[in-house]
Amino acid sequence: MSASPAWDGMWRLSGGVAGEHVIPSLIAEAHRVQQEILQLLRDNAFTDRDIFAVKLAVEEAVVNAIRHGNQLDPQKKIRIAYQFTEDAFLVRICDEGCGFDPDAVPDPTQEANLEKPSGRGLLLMRYYMTEVHFLDGGTTVVMCKRRGSS
Amino acid sequence: MSSQPRRRQLEIQEIGDVTVVAFTDRKILDEQNIQSIGEQLYSLVDDAGRRKMVLNFAKVEYLSSAALGKLITLNKKLQAVKGRLALCNIDPQIFEVFEITGLKKVFNIYKTEQDALQSF
Repeated sequence: MSASPAWDGMWRLSGGVAGEHVIPSLIAEAHRVQQEILQLLRDNAFTDRDIFAVKLAVEEAVVNAIRHGNQLDPQKKIRIAYQFTEDAFLVRICDEGCGFDPDAVPDPTQEANLEKPSGRGLLLMRYYMTEVHFLDGGTTVVMCKRRGSS
Repeated sequence: MSSQPRRRQLEIQEIGDVTVVAFTDRKILDEQNIQSIGEQLYSLVDDAGRRKMVLNFAKVEYLSSAALGKLITLNKKLQAVKGRLALCNIDPQIFEVFEITGLKKVFNIYKTEQDALQSF
């Protein structure tokens, strides 16, 4: 774990537990990092609801990065950086893909899209995290979960 | 997808003409496992010819959008052969995922396995 990840001006934070990993585009590799984050959420006394929320949002973001961003190419890397503050968990996930326009993703709750088998990841990330921002043309997502926020 | 050995992920039993499938591990519906679970569920319809199916979520504590996608495809497969899918014993935290995504309207969801069985 590094002492302090660079947040590219998005989050200027100091102190707390932080980590940064650069991994190949493999679900199993990402799973290891996700397990590390979940353990730290437990160690930092986040509630079960917060942990469920972060687990779901981080998984959706990581899978998007691997599947849609890096097109499952194991030669391409995923960068996952996170930081804990007193009242929040922050995470940044970057891929090496071409990016996308998050506003152009169809609303999966619309009648016409309801039975499509994919397209719900962004909805779940936005619902469960306190803040979600897409940067760098959609190749980076930064998310924040404040303790106890719904 | 994963290099880990495959565990038994589904418990399948026949109750009358209804196939009841229970997930055996609380974490099975994550991205690492959902591919093989999806294949096993589809095979029950495509290869084994099952038409009435209950999925029991009693042991499931987590589910991602990839799992929802598999359930939608399974539901469509069953509808295409005039079959029917019912879900039951869904933890409130997971039920919320069905609510947020609007999928509560798409699936037949019951409180208990008994309720689900009686719906056929």
